[in-house]
Amino acid sequence: MIVAIKNLFRYRALIQSLVSRELKARYRGSILGFLWSFVNPLLLLLTYTVVFTMILPVRHSARMEPYFLFFFCGILPWTWFSSSLAEASSVLISGGNLIKKVLFPAEVLPTVSVLANLAHFFLGLPILLAFLAFAGRLEPSVLLLPLPVLVQLVLTLGCALFISALTVHFRDIQNILAHLLHLWFFASPVLYDFTAMPDVLRAVLRLNPMTHVVISYQEILFHGHFDHARGLAAALLAGLLAFAVGGFIFDRLRDTLPEEV
Amino acid sequence: MTAPAIQAREVSKVYRRFVHRNQFKTLKSALLTRSLLSDLRPDQTFTALDGVSFEVAKGSTFGVIGENGSGKSTLLKLVAGITKPTLGSLAVVGRVSALIELGAGFHPEISGRENVAINAIMLGLTRREVEERFSAIVAFAELEPFIDAPVKTYSSGMYMRLGFAVAIHVDPDVLLIDEVLAVGDEAFTRKCLDKIAEFHRRGKTILFVSHTLGLVERMCDEVLWLRQGKVADRGDARRVVDAYLTYVAGGEEALLRAAHGQTTGAPRGESGTTAGYRAGRWGGREVEIVAVRLLDGKGRERHVFVPGEDLTLALSVRAVHPVEDFVFGVGLFSAEGVQVYGTNTDIEDFRPVRLAGEGEVRLTLEGLRLVEGTYLVDVAAHKRDGTPYDYHQGLYSLRVKSRTKDVGLYRPLHRWSFAGGIAFAPPAPREELDLGEDDGG
Repeated sequence: MIVAIKNLFRYRALIQSLVSRELKARYRGSILGFLWSFVNPLLLLLTYTVVFTMILPVRHSARMEPYFLFFFCGILPWTWFSSSLAEASSVLISGGNLIKKVLFPAEVLPTVSVLANLAHFFLGLPILLAFLAFAGRLEPSVLLLPLPVLVQLVLTLGCALFISALTVHFRDIQNILAHLLHLWFFASPVLYDFTAMPDVLRAVLRLNPMTHVVISYQEILFHGHFDHARGLAAALLAGLLAFAVGGFIFDRLRDTLPEEV
Repeated sequence: MTAPAIQAREVSKVYRRFVHRNQFKTLKSALLTRSLLSDLRPDQTFTALDGVSFEVAKGSTFGVIGENGSGKSTLLKLVAGITKPTLGSLAVVGRVSALIELGAGFHPEISGRENVAINAIMLGLTRREVEERFSAIVAFAELEPFIDAPVKTYSSGMYMRLGFAVAIHVDPDVLLIDEVLAVGDEAFTRKCLDKIAEFHRRGKTILFVSHTLGLVERMCDEVLWLRQGKVADRGDARRVVDAYLTYVAGGEEALLRAAHGQTTGAPRGESGTTAGYRAGRWGGREVEIVAVRLLDGKGRERHVFVPGEDLTLALSVRAVHPVEDFVFGVGLFSAEGVQVYGTNTDIEDFRPVRLAGEGEVRLTLEGLRLVEGTYLVDVAAHKRDGTPYDYHQGLYSLRVKSRTKDVGLYRPLHRWSFAGGIAFAPPAPREELDLGEDDGG
């Protein structure tokens, strides 16, 4: 694991420029350009708000009002997580040229996916904060925001390394992953309130590290307090484990990558 | 004797094939039986390189030749560190830059400027170094007006030029070149060659893979010839290239003899010889060229000549049925495939009357006016409208050896004279080449 971190640190200049290239290239040619980073989460928010307040009006407990804001606190970090993994699953194959023809540290590619999506997350954050401030919900607890971000970063990186290396050998993962992420989404309390779930379900949801990450975001941003430190610590442990396992698998498969992509 | 820049000891590379990979089943069973890593074992292997050993001295230019699939590119990838040898050891001293795939990793949507920066960092430069060399890179690629346009708008030539410029400005200690000089126009190719020559002068090590044998011969100090992953020969550039050419010509002949009766000898990939010039044989064989001999002025069969000698091409021909429409032709090509000379009996107004049974055609080139190098010979018998009876393309080779290192293809009969205040020391006495007993190899 330490080797993996060292490697990533050694190539930070490369990672940095690849992330900025990724960001620049993504909206190149579109009219709104960089504005898309703001518009995207807004549209996403709008879609879900319409669905859950007009098409499928669900009665929300008072804990979740205003609902769209509650939802926003969860969906923004979730989008970071799921897009990172979706991109990581294809990044080694689409970047095959680099791995095959240039002496290139392959772990840079999934890392870039994660970091580029982190950047989008950061660009969406001011909108969320503005909404929170507008709703008068911006509490000092917001200063704790780096904690869940850090935990999520470790967790996402670990999963991304794992998925990217395995996908090279098992292309099936690319297909399965989309559905898996969907399931994972519903298994994370983004749409609903964790505390309102029955005990059995809660016990199951607790096994999901993203549950704790999402709850932490909701507490820090939406509820204005942070009591979920233990859950977040558990998620951090899970994240470190994922990073260690992902790094190990990636290392084991590293030499086979240029031949398989 | 300096330490070698590249040292390969008994290097083997075995590629693995996963035949049973039956995607979903494999993944499922792999997950179920938790045998993910052990399932990644191959079912079938392919040995791309087999016990290859060589050393490249620091500062030398080392060529690698061989047919397609002989393991050249694998060797280059190993030296570049992109893949690891399965067996054996490979040590490379210093920074390596590989001109394997030019512009690999360029992103089409962003500007040339940003791509240069990222590509250079990928190849191992620091940000500061990139800034320092940026203008030199752009100037070399001759892309100043376009550098801020997205790379997707570039022509493939521009793309390659930029890729080459970046790779060459990484300033490596060891430069790996894989058949990339075919890109760009004449002028740019020359510029690349100049740059490579400059590298050589500065004492850098160059590993050069190419099918352009003339270039290999000219540039390399030593050449490695790979055949099916094994070292077929290694040593002096001229000797190895010659051996390779002989092998290729011989192999073609044997193959074609085996396929006797076939009306067309379709070009088979680049198994022939050099870029743009393929060895082959085709035609209806109503008239067959049974044997081709290269003779010197005394009628002895030879393959190596010195400039100024007489060269006679002797074609033994045989007609299955008597024919009344026939032309004999001869073409002479450089190893790069440039035609040096071509003529036939029709062009020179020999009107055919009758060809029956066997015969011999001789064409004598008096006082061979060629510079040193390897040349390939085409011979043909065909109808006046061009329909081939028997066409042998590039199946025969000859070498011209010379003490004078003049360049080009053609050596006109020439004489220097000086007048006025110009003084030269008398030319150093030198022994003339005598190839009378040379078998030419």
